Amino acid sequence: MLLLEVLRKPKHISSLRLSEWDLLIRQARSADLLGRLWREVELSGQVDRVPEAPKRHLLAAKFLVERQHDAVRREIGYIDEAMRAAGLRAILLKGAAYVATGKALATGRTFSDVDILVDSDDLAAAESALSIYGWQPVKQSAYDEAYYREWMHEIPPLVHVKRNTTLDLHHAILPITARIKVNTQGLREGNALVDGCTNLYVLQDADMLLHGATHLFHEGELAHGLRDLHDLHLMFGEFGALPLFWDHLLIRARYLGLMTPLLYAVRYSRRKFHTAFPQEFLGQLKNQPGQGSILMDFCYDRALLPKHASCEQFGSGLARVMVYLRSHWLKMPLGLLVYHLSVKSLARLRAKEDKAATA
Amino acid sequence: MLYGEYELADMNGFADFHVEIRYVPNLKRLFDPEIRFYFDGMPSFSVLPAQQSFPTLEWGLNWCVAAHSHHYLVVHAAVLERNGFALIMPAPPGSGKSTLCAALMMNGWRLMSDELTLYDRNTGHIYGHPRPVSLKNRSIDVISSAFPDSIMTTPVMTESKGMVALLKPPESAVVSATVPAKPRWLVLPKYEQGTEARFERQGSARTFALIAEQSFNYDLLGLDGFNAVGSLVDQCICAKFTYSDLDEAMSLFQNIEAHLHEVASATP
Repeated sequence: MLLLEVLRKPKHISSLRLSEWDLLIRQARSADLLGRLWREVELSGQVDRVPEAPKRHLLAAKFLVERQHDAVRREIGYIDEAMRAAGLRAILLKGAAYVATGKALATGRTFSDVDILVDSDDLAAAESALSIYGWQPVKQSAYDEAYYREWMHEIPPLVHVKRNTTLDLHHAILPITARIKVNTQGLREGNALVDGCTNLYVLQDADMLLHGATHLFHEGELAHGLRDLHDLHLMFGEFGALPLFWDHLLIRARYLGLMTPLLYAVRYSRRKFHTAFPQEFLGQLKNQPGQGSILMDFCYDRALLPKHASCEQFGSGLARVMVYLRSHWLKMPLGLLVYHLSVKSLARLRAKEDKAATA
Repeated sequence: MLYGEYELADMNGFADFHVEIRYVPNLKRLFDPEIRFYFDGMPSFSVLPAQQSFPTLEWGLNWCVAAHSHHYLVVHAAVLERNGFALIMPAPPGSGKSTLCAALMMNGWRLMSDELTLYDRNTGHIYGHPRPVSLKNRSIDVISSAFPDSIMTTPVMTESKGMVALLKPPESAVVSATVPAKPRWLVLPKYEQGTEARFERQGSARTFALIAEQSFNYDLLGLDGFNAVGSLVDQCICAKFTYSDLDEAMSLFQNIEAHLHEVASATP
């Protein structure tokens, strides 16, 4: 796949033919990686080697991403204000955390919402504080509402009444019913206060990476799969340059109960982006159980690619279904899973019928 | 018929947008086929009757340009060129913008676009993307009786805009599609039945607000967007234009430069 080749070896950029640019821009757009592609162009000093026509698309993406980052920084300020008023502390997760800490990997990263994590005891207080500041829950069906409240690790998405921005409020990083047991309390260790904030924190680097991996490999629909994996690839590079990072990462993974997601993150980051890892670190991973399998590779090799005509291969559709089922399997016990999926498909059928009836 | 003058894309070159109109594969296909617009494989929300294929294609292309061309300030406005200078006409739907645009195009002005004005804030140039002009409701008859030789699609009923027909742009407009123009005249058209055609003074502050409001990416461009609207308005002479009769309108636009200077220098 052209996009992967270019992200692995940005040197290739200057030798691309126009027809390859045509494909590259489309693949990057459908993977939500246009902004990141521009970052690679700039970092590798090849801005002048990009033909005018594709450059316009890359610059447009850059403007869009920069504006999203401004908006996210503003949101962060408002969330901090709400938390301060209620005397609560919250942790920024994922994209918002990368931007808030000025990590190199933030450059070119697109957004759809902001995620924060609060202590489960603080959940009601946080929800009410946010509601005073304008974040209101989106109307859900009674089933979805109950399902979120009872089983999920987050409440239904909140949308700001004036700015229309979406905020996901979490009280854990995985549902309580998930197969792997996360040491959620442990995530509060080594948090860093966000610059300019009084009540908003970010996870320590290793935990930030582990959370990204956990999220990606529990996700059922990988619309942003490749972008999120690219986040991990860049984190391995950026954090890996810090002294003692690799040993610390293993310690944190074991301590938080997130070794399996780490194994997958390493495996697929290498398969897709040829991420460089220290031999010693890879050696230590070798002894871990749950190394992945042919079936996992079949699914994730395909499902992690963007949903673009040029990336479809034999079994892509099946792979996406399997990833969807796997994610639910990981997140809930079988009985609940069967019940949940039947309610969901019934609701979908009913919505279809309603639509047909009104059409 | 509509697209005969357009050059075919080089299959080994770079295309800005890959779009498709596809039949919806359902049973209605047999007696009342429906279509959907796709942007590089991504489906649009709306499913429409197949008769609306051409307006849908044009709508889709405009969406592609408006949603992705952030290297320009993108303004919802018709734009035409004469002697290298651009006439920009921003206006909400129903103001008679497309009718006026079509008539000017038939009277020697080069059509740059009837929907999207692209302002390059680095060079100060205006770019268009000349497409068939979308005429709505009464303007379809007005234009076809005023210009009997004009070529347009059979009008189709749409849910959002009423009757729509697409008017073919002259070959010259299509051939010079990529030629930019310098912004010069900024005119807010308004159709008013029975009124005498006239230009009137329009302050630049008001024009600024209108351009900002009619822009697709003013807020996205932030300070750049603010400066772009400012420099665009500063380069232009601004005026309101009210009309009911097209011939009257055309004769006033013949001497647009003199008329606009006149109203601009009049005391408010």
